[in-house]
Amino acid sequence: MSTLAAPADDRQTLAALQPIDWKLPIVYGVLALLALVGFGLAAPGGAQTTFEFATEGDFFTIPPVVVPAKATAIVLGLFCAVLAAYATWAARRRFEPGTWLPVCFGVLFMLAFLTWAGAGNGLIATTSLLAGALALSVPLIFGAMTGLIGERSGIVNIAIEGQLLAGAFCAAVVASAAKNPYVGLIAAPIGGMLVACVLTFFAIRYWVDQIIIGVVLNVLVVGLTNFLFSTVLSADEATWNTREQLPNLPIPGLRSIPVIGEVLFDQNILVYFMYVVVFALQFLLFRSRWGLRMRAIGEHPRAADTVGINVNRWRAINTILAGGIAGLGGAFFTVGSGLAFGKEMSAGQGYIALAAMILGKWSPKGALFAALLFGFAKNLGNSLSAIGAPIPPDLLLMLPYIVTIFAVAGFVGRVRPPAAEGVPYRKQ
Amino acid sequence: MSSTTVSQPPAPQPAAGGSRPAGTGQPGLMRQILSGSWLVSLLAIVIALAVGAVLIAVANPDVQETASYFFARPADFFAAAWQAISEAYLALLRGSVFDWQATSAVRMVRPFTESLVSATPLILTGLGIALAFRSGLFNIGGQGQVVLGSICSGFLGYALHLPPVIHLLVALAGGILGGAIWAGIAGVLKARTGANEVIVTIMLNSIAGFLFAYLLKQAWFKHTDSANPISATVDSSAMLPPLLPSPFRLNAGFIVAILATLLVWWLLERSTTGFEFRAVGENPNAAKTAGISVSRVTITVMLIAGALAGLGGAAQILGTEGKLSAGVGGSIGFDAITVALLGRSRPLGTFFAGLLFGAFKAGGYLMQAQTGTPIDIVLVVQSVIVLLIAAPPLVRTIFRLPAPVKKEDA
Repeated sequence: MSTLAAPADDRQTLAALQPIDWKLPIVYGVLALLALVGFGLAAPGGAQTTFEFATEGDFFTIPPVVVPAKATAIVLGLFCAVLAAYATWAARRRFEPGTWLPVCFGVLFMLAFLTWAGAGNGLIATTSLLAGALALSVPLIFGAMTGLIGERSGIVNIAIEGQLLAGAFCAAVVASAAKNPYVGLIAAPIGGMLVACVLTFFAIRYWVDQIIIGVVLNVLVVGLTNFLFSTVLSADEATWNTREQLPNLPIPGLRSIPVIGEVLFDQNILVYFMYVVVFALQFLLFRSRWGLRMRAIGEHPRAADTVGINVNRWRAINTILAGGIAGLGGAFFTVGSGLAFGKEMSAGQGYIALAAMILGKWSPKGALFAALLFGFAKNLGNSLSAIGAPIPPDLLLMLPYIVTIFAVAGFVGRVRPPAAEGVPYRKQ
Repeated sequence: MSSTTVSQPPAPQPAAGGSRPAGTGQPGLMRQILSGSWLVSLLAIVIALAVGAVLIAVANPDVQETASYFFARPADFFAAAWQAISEAYLALLRGSVFDWQATSAVRMVRPFTESLVSATPLILTGLGIALAFRSGLFNIGGQGQVVLGSICSGFLGYALHLPPVIHLLVALAGGILGGAIWAGIAGVLKARTGANEVIVTIMLNSIAGFLFAYLLKQAWFKHTDSANPISATVDSSAMLPPLLPSPFRLNAGFIVAILATLLVWWLLERSTTGFEFRAVGENPNAAKTAGISVSRVTITVMLIAGALAGLGGAAQILGTEGKLSAGVGGSIGFDAITVALLGRSRPLGTFFAGLLFGAFKAGGYLMQAQTGTPIDIVLVVQSVIVLLIAAPPLVRTIFRLPAPVKKEDA
């Protein structure tokens, strides 16, 4: 009776028959080759690149690091190649490497790129590059958290863009009227929540397709804010649309850590709140009853309903709560950066936030890194001409979007959305 | 009423539309009108215009002033509000249909033709999105496809120098191809790797924007040495021929839009391919079981949808603009989504929805110029219309209309 083989054996043969997923090693390999050849070997021979770290008020000053561009880029490229080899090995062994691999690979690749890009006139102001990247990432991170809460609960939220814009608008108007930026921070989440309320109303009460509502809501918010901007706000700018800026609150001690101190701990309250949101969400999503319920109603609402969770009520609560987070993210455009409100100032960031969420595989930690990567790429695109790099900034600015397409096409690891996202729950 | 719902086994009725069994009492004509979907569409437009009216009144300085002594003299307030709203909406009407205050007959009629001009790219792009919707695909990427269509058709229009008719056809074909390739990327990725087309098309929109910005800085692309991000002018041999003499801008693009509507109607409703599209849209699993290749349909649908959107971009360049500049695509791609939704993804519906939104657009400019009401109000009205259209029960609740007669009862 050899057919009655041990089930363990069966499972092993099954596992062995699974096809090897070569997409990931191929992507890493191509990128490593690009770093090695495109950045390393192509860098001009005698050129040097200087990385500046020092800022005022550090505990101690790190001297600028001067490296020979070509050799450094080649070495970094080789490191990338090693990681690519590891990815290949992992693929052959059919296991998925952890989050550290893409993060390390990304950092090395970026360093190689910077070394090559800086070889022209040789100066990379590391601290300001990182600070700019963080500033551009803040709305993305808030937005990505919003999308994440919604989709984990089963509601697709394309309206992040609209929520950011509504938050920016409310923050600017209320802060300006009250002459106090902190009051704007109370208004911003309300703006985001209002948009979320409309989203949940149509999605849960009337089962309208959530993608349709999201797209339409974005248009609606653009129309509303543009209209009010051109009429009420422009008629009396002194009252409704002055610049109010949240003051920076440097944290004593932490502020003086070289390089990262100024970047991370000399920020306004909105950025500190963002740290709290990301950490809290990472913990709550996987370690709390609220998080478990959220994942349950997003993955298998019927099962959640069976154990007594009110699926639609929790979906509504979570989505509206998340809308408040996006509203705060929007506030960063206005009171967070000390700018008055401008037409369509969210400029598609809501869509990039969506992309960051997907690239981060619906986890707060992953979305955080993805949003930082996008912010960094954008900042690099904006400051490339200052560095004097031989690459057009418009093409670099495309990078986040291209990476996201590769991600959803399965080239950057397995991407699986919550099973029940976008499906209205009808109780039977 | 109840007797019919209780009599369970649905005897195979002769499936004549409208002639319902006598036993249903008299839901008849009145109920059909009240519960019909076209009435919902009409009421949605009415509500949206009312929302717009409220906004116009709120933003009007006279209304704000009279509101401050509302309780003393409420009549002033209502008079000011009525004044503001009627002025704005009458200007909208004059700018889009018929300008009875204009000085010459030509100027009186011109607004209507301007509406058709604005509607042309909306209809073409809306058809592409509607076709994808019917096939179960969310093509949010109309914007990127329009931009690519503009880029390709414009470039062929001023880079090549060909005899009249051939040049136009080449440029149009370029636009079609550009849009088709751009949407095809999303189609192929969806079919091969299961990548969500919503995300991919949104990303492709942004990539198209950056690609366009990059190209407009390259001298080899622009064919001019000017530092401005504006290309050379398209040869007259590649422009869509005008249908009316000079002050009118109406061009053959509108004919193309009509032909495209008929073609898409035939494709969806009368052809085998269209049947496969709709089958996949209704239920991909059933379609697969019936032997339809879902992945082939996905790719084909996206190619055709992109081709239509690309044609919309081409119509914009070759019809009115004549050169590529940064804002050339406008927000056609996003407006077209609302057009397709208002048209309920039917070719004819999309055509008329495109006409309506084209009229809003054309009228909006006159409204902005004459009454100071920003054209952005049109965006609000459009999006409220679509939100309400998407939720017919809401509209029925607002107006206390009866629910539609279910098909199963018939």
